[in-house]
Amino acid sequence: MKSKGAITPLDRQHSYVGRNLSRDKAKRAVNGRGRYTDDITLPRTVHAAFVRSPYAHAMITDIDVDIAKAEEGVVLVMTGAELKELCTGPWVGTLSVFPTMKTAPQYPMAVDRACWQGEPVVMVVANSRAAAEDAAELVSITYKELPVVAHKETALEKNSNLVHPDLKDNLAYEKVIDTGDVGEAFAGADHVVEATFDFGRHTAVSLEPRAILASFEKDTEELTIYTSSQTPHMFQAIIARTLGLPEHKCRVVAPFVGGSFGLKIHSFGDEFAATAASLKLGRPVKFIADRLESFLTDIHARENTVTGKMAVSSQGKIEALEIDILSGVGAYSQYPRTSVFEANQILNITGGPYKHQNYKARMRVAYMNKVPTSQYRAVGHPIGNSVGEALVDLAAEKIGMDPVEIRRRNIMEDNSYPRTTASGIEVADMSHQKCLETLVERMKYDDLVQERNSLRAEGIFRGIGIAAFIKGTAPGPAGYYGAGGAPIASQDAATVKIEPSGNIICAVGVTDQGQGVDTVMQQITAGAVGVLPEMVRVIEGDTDATPYGGGTYASRATAIGGEATYQAALALRAELLRLAGALLQREPETLDIIDGNVVDLGTENIRMPLAEIGRIGHFQVAELPNDIQPQLSHTKRFRLNDALYIFTNGIHGAYVEVDCDTGFITLLKQWVVEDCGRVINPILADEQVRGGSVQGIGGALYEHCIYDDQAQLLNGSLIDYLVPMASEMPDIDVAHVQTHTGVSELGSKGVGESGTGASPAVVMNAVNDAISPFEAKVTVQPMTPDVLLKALNRI
Amino acid sequence: MAYDFLDIKLIVNGEQVSARVPARMHLVDFLRMELELTGSHLGCEHGICGACSVRVDGVVVRGCLVLAAQCDGSDVLTIEGLSESKEVVDLQNTFVERNAMQCGFCTPGMLMTAAELLAKNDKMARNEIREFMSGNFCRCTGYHAIIDAIEITMEARREEERS
Amino acid sequence: MKAAKFKYIRPSSLDEAINLLSDFGEEARILAGGQSLLPTLNMRLSQPKVLIDINRLDELQGISHEGKHIRIGALTRHVDIAESDLITENIPLISEAIEYVAHVAVRNRGTFGGSVALADPAAEMPACTLALQGTLVVEGPNGRRQIRADDFFHDLYETARAPEEILVEVQLPIRRSGESFAFMELSRRKGDYAMAGLACKATFQDNRFLSVRLVYFGTELKPTLGENVMSQLEGREWSETLAEKVIASLEDDLDPVDNLQGSAAMKLHLQKVLTKRTLAEVVQRLGNV
Repeated sequence: MKSKGAITPLDRQHSYVGRNLSRDKAKRAVNGRGRYTDDITLPRTVHAAFVRSPYAHAMITDIDVDIAKAEEGVVLVMTGAELKELCTGPWVGTLSVFPTMKTAPQYPMAVDRACWQGEPVVMVVANSRAAAEDAAELVSITYKELPVVAHKETALEKNSNLVHPDLKDNLAYEKVIDTGDVGEAFAGADHVVEATFDFGRHTAVSLEPRAILASFEKDTEELTIYTSSQTPHMFQAIIARTLGLPEHKCRVVAPFVGGSFGLKIHSFGDEFAATAASLKLGRPVKFIADRLESFLTDIHARENTVTGKMAVSSQGKIEALEIDILSGVGAYSQYPRTSVFEANQILNITGGPYKHQNYKARMRVAYMNKVPTSQYRAVGHPIGNSVGEALVDLAAEKIGMDPVEIRRRNIMEDNSYPRTTASGIEVADMSHQKCLETLVERMKYDDLVQERNSLRAEGIFRGIGIAAFIKGTAPGPAGYYGAGGAPIASQDAATVKIEPSGNIICAVGVTDQGQGVDTVMQQITAGAVGVLPEMVRVIEGDTDATPYGGGTYASRATAIGGEATYQAALALRAELLRLAGALLQREPETLDIIDGNVVDLGTENIRMPLAEIGRIGHFQVAELPNDIQPQLSHTKRFRLNDALYIFTNGIHGAYVEVDCDTGFITLLKQWVVEDCGRVINPILADEQVRGGSVQGIGGALYEHCIYDDQAQLLNGSLIDYLVPMASEMPDIDVAHVQTHTGVSELGSKGVGESGTGASPAVVMNAVNDAISPFEAKVTVQPMTPDVLLKALNRI
Repeated sequence: MAYDFLDIKLIVNGEQVSARVPARMHLVDFLRMELELTGSHLGCEHGICGACSVRVDGVVVRGCLVLAAQCDGSDVLTIEGLSESKEVVDLQNTFVERNAMQCGFCTPGMLMTAAELLAKNDKMARNEIREFMSGNFCRCTGYHAIIDAIEITMEARREEERS
Repeated sequence: MKAAKFKYIRPSSLDEAINLLSDFGEEARILAGGQSLLPTLNMRLSQPKVLIDINRLDELQGISHEGKHIRIGALTRHVDIAESDLITENIPLISEAIEYVAHVAVRNRGTFGGSVALADPAAEMPACTLALQGTLVVEGPNGRRQIRADDFFHDLYETARAPEEILVEVQLPIRRSGESFAFMELSRRKGDYAMAGLACKATFQDNRFLSVRLVYFGTELKPTLGENVMSQLEGREWSETLAEKVIASLEDDLDPVDNLQGSAAMKLHLQKVLTKRTLAEVVQRLGNV
């Protein structure tokens, strides 16, 4: 690896890295020319709809599909048992890195038992979605209700009802880590603070729901799938395995993807059923989840209760941290990842910014008769950060220290890396101190404190929140997805090639869902090769056209895919200089490439346009010496070595006002300073942070999948499930500290989850600051008026 | 009497259209499936998200909460027609420059709503813009950039008016 | 989800609409603005056989000044209410409240009459109509009749309108000198239905309430008069202590239930807070009348 701070091609004056470049997809989107899965209809396309279990737990004793089958326009009715026959075997959502974890095997549709409300039981395929829904209403299913596990608090009790009797209990996984001497640290502590925190279940609500159009050619056994996915290659692998198809004959295309946030890295039974229908019918089958079934069947996340305890000295030194996590998941562990991962992340990152050496954490994960939970943006971090940062504030309050000051004293020093956190994860290239001081400056913290204090005297209750964070981005092969055994690529690849015209094609395994992944690769390629950005076209989201990669998840696209692109582009650049040297009879080292022209290094006198090399390299190869075989196309892969992640860090600030009579919270302003390493495109990075922050705010204030005692979802529509809208959201000030990661030459880390990961923490801390005159504390999210008023003892 | 199917005639994006539609078909399904105007999106079909916003007889409406049959004789404008008209080309350019969208699924609806905002107002406080736009859900941006883009466009139009 | 099948018909006169409604009976639903009806159809929560689209009935349009009241045709869109000078000048409570109704696209389509006829317990316009002691004009096979707002709202989505009748117009009395109004609502997000809300009309003399009308919405099954609170205010000299005292009796007027937005206790509490704030506001405005 190059030493940090070395000048690379990206740092040159002519590089397009670090500049704002508009996204081509944005140009299409504003004209209504985005092309999402539902916008694609092939000849003879038919449409799937599902009959779903109305019960959270029930035996399916009888299914009568005769009337539905006879309806006009219906081409296929398939039960879960029939679909099972088309599958090679069940899904088992475990990873070997969680050795004692257990889960029940699962088929894409319920076979004889439904384990959550909304689980698909029968699929109806008809010539329109409306007709499929009409016929679905005519399917008659007899259920025998079974006892329901609806609350994680009682799911692990000895006499609890069981989600899967075969598993003997509802415990999916338990893990304890214990470093240092927590017992002694608490026993000898000047002060101990503790609290229990409760986090409601919520869900991704991508505006474009899950979508698939599967088209099987019976004659050639070729399957083409258009689907709203973050991970086309993973989807290809899973679909081939599940339905017993040759992988190389399955093409998966992710066209425009209308938001994903982790939702679209999973396998959902509906999509597999629709694909199986296409296999059976030899016709294109489309399934577009509607909003109601999205709420019922998309993965949920975040349902956790965490008890936390922190020991602190009178001088403000954090001595020890102990947490106990109870995580409530769904009826199955979500394949091909797992549902225990969220709790594991909480365990990994809570208290992560701080230097304490004593840490004990236990996680227990309980199955319930609810829709499976899994990875939603910033997995576990909103919870771990909320818990850790709330405890830091409690400690500060206990010893009468300013929340900024206590953090200043405990965060890891910027010159202290690499090092290991108390939870045992290795971190490097972080900048907590610089981020904190930048935040204090941008917030005008002292002025804000003064304003808050003077308004408080007038009966206006404002609060300031601070929340530092670490964030695991770009998971490596040593961790969950490589060593864990799932068919999920933790490496990624890029092919960069020159066309006869001299323009450049860059094909990548990572995918874009609006973050601007394609634009970022365009800039890296342009910068590394030495061409104008408009000379580069990026191809992503098509297994036929891109090298094999993991896709986009866990803030990995730029960190992993970006480095692969950079290396592939450098390889092409090196070859272009060699070719130019041969043609110009010059040493390649004396040449450079700037804005698409080969120039003399230093003087920048133009010697030859790249178009000339493209032309010669493809057509007039005879002009080249015989010992040169032009390659013109370079594929490079990039993987992390033994690091679990590239960890990033940052800090949020928030300013809120609480109406203590009504319990209503107004967000006045939020600030984020984060360190994602090298920023390729500042405006894209900023908007990742802003959008992510608002998703975090959603969880902190509004979003909640509310279930009753029979595990029935009560608010599964956008009418009752509240998402953040424009009126209530604050302006968000964003700044970046750029400490390049040493694991790649590009130096970029992930940025996509730095908003979401700490936003709930900072808002909760600000709210608690606002209501501190009443000696009240809020430890429940979402922080609804009901929650606030109870905390304030008003009701 | 009452009909299962209706013959309708309407103007869509300036063009005369005749069609026979099922009574139950809402306007956006008609636009998307019959006319292949896929720029209007369905995000909820219960009138909350605003992704389906289109202009009917001069005002922005939820396309999922109007039946195609009701639009017999109406003048309908979708994002495709709005774009071709250049009415908000400045706003569209600013959306791109300011990166006021990510996945783009909400964008046509946002622009249809913002077009009405710009047509009705030449000066608004930032929070008033937020309120006007509060019926359109964006999951990606956090809204800040969208509000910026509208504010920038409104200011630029005012500047132009002055000069 | 797509709506289940239904038939559609667009009558060209009110008479025709009423005849159709009689013919089809309970199988038919009136389609006005459709902003509440269509979501229930698209979710298949309601599956009528026939929709009778009254949107093009001229008889039901318009806002006009008629004697001592303003007539609002049932099909008047929310946007037209918001932009009407007649309303702003003569019925300030409605002008104030309309700002809380939904969002621009829904206001462009949703109708005043549809909102009042549906009688959603958390909606603004039914509460205002009751606060203002408006008159609802319905027409059915037996002709036209007038219903006082006080007699109109019966229970959850149940009103005095018979199934074969159509709400034609609402008459709202023009503000009289000495009257003041205030409107407050709490919703989690701009444009959402109310978690708690209060529409108030009052007259005042020598620092005493001559009359006061308080209509609560968002917490009950229908817009509800706070009669106990009202009776304790009337004739009394205004003070914040009085407000503090009277809100205790709100418990006799209201009986909220737990729902997705929060507990009954929270709702009652919020209505008490709104009562204090609304009374203070209306008194302050009365000082400026």
